[in-house]
Amino acid sequence: MTPLLVAQIGLTLFVFVMLLNSAAVMVYVERKVAAFLQQRLGPYRVGWQGVLQPLADIVKLMFKEELRPKAADAFLFALAPIIAATCAFAAFAVVPFGAETTFGGWLPEGLRLQVADVNVAILVVFAVASMSVYGIVLAGWSSNSKYSLLGGLRSSAQMISYELSYGLALAGVLIIGNSLSLTDIVNRQAGTWLGFIPKWFVFLQPIGFLIYMTAGIAETNRAPFDFPEAEQELVAGYHTEYSSMSFAMFFLAEYVNMVTVSAVATDLFLGGWHGPFLPESLGWIWFLVKVGAILFFYVWMRWTLPRYRYDQLMRFGWKVLLPVAVINLLVTAAGVLYFEL
Amino acid sequence: MAFYVFAVIAVVASVLVIAQRNPIYSVLLLIASFGALSGLYVLLEAPFVAVIQIIVYAGAIMVLFLFVVMLLNAPHEETDYDERIHAYEAERGAGVPAERVRGAGAPGVNKVPMRFGGFLAAALAVELVWVLTKGGESGAFPSGAISSVKTIGQLLFTDYAFAFEVTSVLILVAMVGAVVLARRES
Repeated sequence: MTPLLVAQIGLTLFVFVMLLNSAAVMVYVERKVAAFLQQRLGPYRVGWQGVLQPLADIVKLMFKEELRPKAADAFLFALAPIIAATCAFAAFAVVPFGAETTFGGWLPEGLRLQVADVNVAILVVFAVASMSVYGIVLAGWSSNSKYSLLGGLRSSAQMISYELSYGLALAGVLIIGNSLSLTDIVNRQAGTWLGFIPKWFVFLQPIGFLIYMTAGIAETNRAPFDFPEAEQELVAGYHTEYSSMSFAMFFLAEYVNMVTVSAVATDLFLGGWHGPFLPESLGWIWFLVKVGAILFFYVWMRWTLPRYRYDQLMRFGWKVLLPVAVINLLVTAAGVLYFEL
Repeated sequence: MAFYVFAVIAVVASVLVIAQRNPIYSVLLLIASFGALSGLYVLLEAPFVAVIQIIVYAGAIMVLFLFVVMLLNAPHEETDYDERIHAYEAERGAGVPAERVRGAGAPGVNKVPMRFGGFLAAALAVELVWVLTKGGESGAFPSGAISSVKTIGQLLFTDYAFAFEVTSVLILVAMVGAVVLARRES
């Protein structure tokens, strides 16, 4: 076991645990921000200012009874939450979150702060996003309940529709970045224009960033695009019949997906770990700040905007977002050819 | 080692696709088979092809398959699931007509498509023999080029532009055909 290998394994475990933690933290943040936006206090009884509330929630979920409808397809019913959670974690594997580091000379050579450096990282993110639809569809179908089925079908229709725009928004960045590797793309965003504007791709791809965020929210089934679980119409959508830890898996998947979408957005559009004031070895702090800002934006949107109607969502996805994304891609390609970026 | 793992998964899953009675499971096994194929592409040092395989087949096409199977409630053979449904519907006094449940193997099926299928299978077998005996002419790709997105893009829009476009037209024809068949006034 070389030190580098040990460090790599440690890093992988660290990322896994931090993603698990991020879901717990996000639950707390979500409830606190929601309370703040609605002029309430939010959870404040468990621990100081309610910071232990997520732990209480986890304990509660663990001790709940695991129920399965009698007419459900047992195998797929058990498989669906596993697929959902696996896909959520898998996508983060290719996301770099810091510059190469030796931990202050402890390692003989630099370690990339990334679980797996794949040279087609963007496509991996996209592929995993497209696979995560199965968890929801299968959950909806195998529950053998009309609410679940409708929730699952809606969700898959929504994800298929928004995946196209999502992919085209990614394509715009990879044309500018001239690479499919997330590390390369982040490194291309180092430095500044005119000494003070950071060279982030969000300034070159403002429309692409908007499309990415919109499609990203739709992909993660968050408000205002949370149709799969529209309470008034579908009870709880695809996870109506789930309880206890299998429900928690869907919950976990949703929050981890949010973190992944935010992290990818940070790498693609906001310069990843590059930022002023801090040395490169502490770049991960910038990364955390940026991801946190996007996650706050997510929560903010949820408690600000009402849910769209389903036909409005579909019309918006196909007739507005997709054409805009295609035009954005064409303009980007033409621009790159013309200015020879 | 990894090759055998992926190969076994691919073959077993593919066999089970046609051995399965429940179409939903067939679709899922086909996805598993595509996943294993994708693993084989990674072993061949073609990560781009591997990821595209997942995006296009597992992520896009199979989702639509699953969608159709679920929405149309495609005629499946007797399974535990059907018995569940039948028991449920018998209680309500509305059994599914036996005709719908039976698959294509029922007597009285039109012989022409089957003969055509047999002809097609024979043609493919001949082609396979031809490919196997030809041998040795592969390896036209420079090593490492398969993984390069740039190389693939350039070849696709220069050398293989014709094949690429013919394929697109073929898919378009299939789509138009599907719409025509679906919208036909009966």
